[in-house]
Amino acid sequence: MADPMRIRAQVAGDKATVRVLMSHEMETGQRKDSAGKTIPAWFIQDVTAQHNGKTVMTAQWGPAVSKNPFLQFNVKGAKVGDKITISWVDNKGEKRSDEAVVS
Amino acid sequence: MSHPSDATALKTILIASAMLASLAAGAQTKSTADGIAEYRKMLEDGNPAELFEAKGEALWKQRRGPKNASLEQCDLGKGPGVVKGAWVEMPRHFADTGRVQDLESRLLTCMETLQGFNAAEIAKTPFGRGEQSNVTALATWIAGSSRGMKFNLPQGHAEERRSYELGKRAFFFRGGPMDFSCATCHSEEGKRIRLQDLPVLTKNPGDGLGFAAWPAYRVSNGEMWSMQLRLNDCFRQQRFPFPGFASEATIALGSYMGVNAKGAVSIAPAIKR
Repeated sequence: MADPMRIRAQVAGDKATVRVLMSHEMETGQRKDSAGKTIPAWFIQDVTAQHNGKTVMTAQWGPAVSKNPFLQFNVKGAKVGDKITISWVDNKGEKRSDEAVVS
Repeated sequence: MSHPSDATALKTILIASAMLASLAAGAQTKSTADGIAEYRKMLEDGNPAELFEAKGEALWKQRRGPKNASLEQCDLGKGPGVVKGAWVEMPRHFADTGRVQDLESRLLTCMETLQGFNAAEIAKTPFGRGEQSNVTALATWIAGSSRGMKFNLPQGHAEERRSYELGKRAFFFRGGPMDFSCATCHSEEGKRIRLQDLPVLTKNPGDGLGFAAWPAYRVSNGEMWSMQLRLNDCFRQQRFPFPGFASEATIALGSYMGVNAKGAVSIAPAIKR
């Protein structure tokens, strides 16, 4: 199973700033290993952010996103104690979902 | 005929205006170093080293290896299980092994004695593979536990002083096809490789510079670099033969840089371009 994400969500005025660090190889499929064989593409395809169970953002990612990606966005109207859930699915169908409480 | 004091006044005005001009120029041109510092500042918010810290902390507590034991009884120099402050006092002498060890060689000792792993086998594993990547994650977390603390390596034991002297010798030793030594790049102010400013390692280079900046996450290749890997790559850049992982030469270089960095604040794990 994939390593956990690091999620921080902090209230700033009428919104919350969410910072997410994901642990993922993000292979482009363009690289070759030392034996000259192509390293198969392996990257996060879909990212979903939920605020108290309601989807507030979805994103489609591709191989151009860096290894161990960092994502930051604002959630309007989020308050202290609210729940932020981030999920991703990669092109191999592997999934990871982590939660954080807004502080 | 001009009065001497008039000439002095004119000179003062000229100097003052010249100073103003140079000040204005200084405010406009942002140096490359400033640009890189700004870039690093932006990256700090999402330093993926955090992921390795989390992994290292979990590994420390997890029962693993042939003996199915955790590393919680590992003595990093401040007593069994004490992690905070250990990094800023290493390499140091350990009575049980009878030699000076840096963090990574000490981790190998603990993984062998407590968990039953084969230390020699791990030392031979390339960086980033198998147990070696676990050692890096552990080192990242342990170093991170001393963030903001000042380097203060012990030099009380004769072996520790010997390690420092050995490190100094290694630091100034010239060789290889390019006749390089560590000192070629790291003993003068204002030197750089491409766009990277090089820290002066023969003295304390300042807080969070040189020895105080590692382990660090390298954005360019997406890898977590421990001090052993940092040194390994310095040897590669000098076209020296690769040093053995956790070998006496690498530990001695750590002693030399660490003792010189006395008083410098550790910012590990840092982020590098």
